[in-house]
Amino acid sequence: MRSYEFILSGARLSALSSGALWWSETGILVVSDLHFGKSLRAARQGGAMLPPYENRDTLERLERDILKQNPAIVICLGDSFDALQAADEMEPAEQSWLTCLMAGRQWIWIEGNHDPGPVGLGGAHMAVLRQGPLSFRHIADPDASGEISGHFHPKTRISVKGRNLSRPCFLIDETRVILPAYGTFTGGLRSDAEILQELMGPDSVAVLTGKKAQPVPMHL
Amino acid sequence: MSALPAQFADWFATKGWHLHPHQRLLLERAEDPAALLIAPTGGGKTLAGFLPSLIETAAAPGRGLHTLYVSPLKALAADIRRNLMIPSRDMNLPIRIEDRTGDTSYSRRQRQRADPPDILLTTPESLALLLSYEDAPRIFRGVSRVIIDEIHALADSKRGDQLMLSLARAERIAGPFRRVGLSATVEDPAALAEFMAAGAAPTRILQADPGPDPDLSILETEAVPPWNGAGAHYAIPEVLAEVKKARTTLIFINTRAQAELFFRALWMANDEGLAIGLHHGSLSREARQKVEAAMQTGALRAIVCTGTLDLGIDWGDVDLVIQIGAPKNVKRLVQRIGRANHRYNAPSRAILVPANRFEVVECRAALEAVYARELDGEPRGPGPKDVICQHILIAACAGGFDPDALYEEVTAAGPYRELGRAEFDDCVTFCATGGYALQAYDQWQRLKQGIDGHYRLRDPRSAGRIRMNLGTIVDTETLNVRLKNRRGGKPLGEIEESFAATLSPGDTFLIGGEVVRYEGLREMVVEVSREATKKPRIAVFSGTKFAASTSLSHRVLDLLQAPDWPDLPAHTRDWLNLQRRMSKMPTAGRLLVESFPCDGREFTCFYGFAGRNALQTLGLLMTHRLELAGLNPLGFVATDYALLIWGLDAIHDPLPLLGADGLMDGVETWLAGNAVMKRGFRNVATIAGLIEKNLPGKRISGRQATFSSDILYDTLRKYDPDHLLLRLTREEAMRGLVDFGRIEEMLSRIGGRVDHVRADGVTPLAAPLLLEIGKVPIRGQAEEHLLAEAAEQMMRAAGLS
Repeated sequence: MRSYEFILSGARLSALSSGALWWSETGILVVSDLHFGKSLRAARQGGAMLPPYENRDTLERLERDILKQNPAIVICLGDSFDALQAADEMEPAEQSWLTCLMAGRQWIWIEGNHDPGPVGLGGAHMAVLRQGPLSFRHIADPDASGEISGHFHPKTRISVKGRNLSRPCFLIDETRVILPAYGTFTGGLRSDAEILQELMGPDSVAVLTGKKAQPVPMHL
Repeated sequence: MSALPAQFADWFATKGWHLHPHQRLLLERAEDPAALLIAPTGGGKTLAGFLPSLIETAAAPGRGLHTLYVSPLKALAADIRRNLMIPSRDMNLPIRIEDRTGDTSYSRRQRQRADPPDILLTTPESLALLLSYEDAPRIFRGVSRVIIDEIHALADSKRGDQLMLSLARAERIAGPFRRVGLSATVEDPAALAEFMAAGAAPTRILQADPGPDPDLSILETEAVPPWNGAGAHYAIPEVLAEVKKARTTLIFINTRAQAELFFRALWMANDEGLAIGLHHGSLSREARQKVEAAMQTGALRAIVCTGTLDLGIDWGDVDLVIQIGAPKNVKRLVQRIGRANHRYNAPSRAILVPANRFEVVECRAALEAVYARELDGEPRGPGPKDVICQHILIAACAGGFDPDALYEEVTAAGPYRELGRAEFDDCVTFCATGGYALQAYDQWQRLKQGIDGHYRLRDPRSAGRIRMNLGTIVDTETLNVRLKNRRGGKPLGEIEESFAATLSPGDTFLIGGEVVRYEGLREMVVEVSREATKKPRIAVFSGTKFAASTSLSHRVLDLLQAPDWPDLPAHTRDWLNLQRRMSKMPTAGRLLVESFPCDGREFTCFYGFAGRNALQTLGLLMTHRLELAGLNPLGFVATDYALLIWGLDAIHDPLPLLGADGLMDGVETWLAGNAVMKRGFRNVATIAGLIEKNLPGKRISGRQATFSSDILYDTLRKYDPDHLLLRLTREEAMRGLVDFGRIEEMLSRIGGRVDHVRADGVTPLAAPLLLEIGKVPIRGQAEEHLLAEAAEQMMRAAGLS
């Protein structure tokens, strides 16, 4: 089983091992925190020049998910670009790569805290999207239910076959899903962080990404 | 200049001192462009180095910076300043002597830049920082002499490479100056001279009289040394008796944890309440300073210490050095011995205390090496390039550079004389644009090349960040080991960071007598969980990052081949004779491999004599191979001399396992994903300036803002496998922790000549190794007896009781 199937507010969802969320009934693919342009921003800030390969690595993985699921709608849950101008400053080749992925489907950019409004790439921009029983936003609203969000870059550590692993993960309970960061140059916030523990209910599941989606109880 | 001015001669006279011959020699040679003084500890080296400076500045004070003194220790700079103040005050010399280190206040540092003292005492890191300022030319103008203290210690690490680059830069700014290196006895003075030489000018080597042979012996004890272990607690009564007889004793132990344990054991037996102190790097600075002060006033009869006291100011009253545990390196042993008896030309007295039976042999080999004056040391190899990258950034901070001139500057430094232009340009490209195969954006320029060909910082504000990141000291030496989820609890102990780096989650190892399982690294603390049932995969953690040197290993091998061992105690002789009867002795030019069943498992012991790092690497590679061959390996232990592997199936033909090509394939695969590489990458990337040690105003928006250097490493491996930093990481790992060089040395030494002995049970030589495994399930004080019993039983089984 490469993905983890679960039901949220009546919607049948799959947490894919890649870190994307798949809602097959509606043909919606959701990814969060792509952080395109991370290394460029670091370089511009006069800091070190990180390897400029995170965009293509992120695109490569996104392309794989899109080719596999062929979604009608792709929702990017915010912080898609590391800075406001990052979309315009993408390498032309990478930009057209992204445009190809967008072609023939509906593409929705949810606004994040890093990118209040990417422009020039097409797609719809919104703060919150409601679709059937679900709502999509960047940062979880503690009072919401049937909510899909990102922002926190959750990760968790577990033991598998005598190995200790730290992986980006989905956090899932009866009211919400928090997606892992999809971008290559992204760190993580451990799922035992207070803010995540408060947001998630007692029976939450953390689904680790990687070769296969691996569910574990979030509160160990 | 040859004569001592009257003022100085009078001062020497009132002190009742005479110039040592090498002090006079250095004074006579004061005009030489470069001189390397090699003198044993206590030879008055530092004063020898400073005398010409004191005389010259006294004659013409207040002309700006005259002498730059560089030492590896901040504390040493401060101590030397205090010591220099004595003649300066006594003779009323009108000179300003100041130190400048990371501990110096901001305002004082500012003032030093505006108005440099006559003599400035500093460290390599502070010097590099000083050179990164645009006003460096004003500060360094007029520098006439540079004194490099303890240069042998600096030459052992990247700090030495950085210092040589800094001096090359200072020289280009200030014009030629004279260099004086002060060194303890080293194996290859010519190499050190080459290392510190200024451009084409040769370094004159001045050898002080090495002094009489030390009075070196191996401690005779009533109790027989144990078969394994590193504590040497069996020798406590005799050590205490020696301390009583001597005025002041320095007791050297190889690791901090052992120093703590030995110190405690010593106090438990210290019925007379002799004043005995403890000094090691994990103690707070205050605690250390207190012990040092007590030592200087003669209030202490002994100090239990680690390498922290290898360097430092001379303490007059030490008349005995005791080395606990085998010295892994003869050069260091000689330097430690030199700490005893600082009266020039009096023999130093030192006693070696082997911690276990094998170390009896090792101590004997070391003793013979000392008397033969045969020092060891691995050649330095070419200067590391991550340090060049940092130097390039320093040049950029100081207002930019012309690449041609900077290349000339870099290759004027000893360690980089052979550096090719293309290699240098690689480093410049890396600093300027990151050096990625993908060249994309304008913004990807930390340095911009102007139409004049000069490189400058694209954003001058980045200078601050670069300065925060200067220096080549990246590793924290040891890490605390704690049980996971017990924050604030007492640590189980400490392990060397380099050892921690070799662990993968799930690996098990021994600490404090119990088996723990590595869970991960969290904020510089090694998190472990208890693992009561399993035997550790890496059974031995010997706790020293110093593997036995190549030449000492060879000496041990030679000693084992002697027809008889009249100089060894009877218990050790009997043991070796039994090995000869039951199996074979390891032979130079061949590899002894022993296989035997024990306790339902199959053991194979490889006597590689290649040092612990190399044999540990070999262990990882071999077990990997055995797994592929379906031979079910269960674990291994590595010491400096042998590798013991155990598993479910017997190894019938060890030779193919050692084939160099396949082994290399293994190392490639294993290396790429191993934590050693990732840790190495982090160090290289930090020194080269890709990763920042400490950001000003670090963002506190949560941990998700930062990501680990491992992601950078993986990304580079995927998209830019030939990137400069990956190449540097690999080169270093092969030389350092992985020590593949010594595996290759071993393989070529044995040249396929393997003596495979199949024994019915444990062989005498392998038995101590087995005990390391036998120790595993035993925990706590009460169970020590069980351990002893089990140990004896195993020994009896091997015919060794």
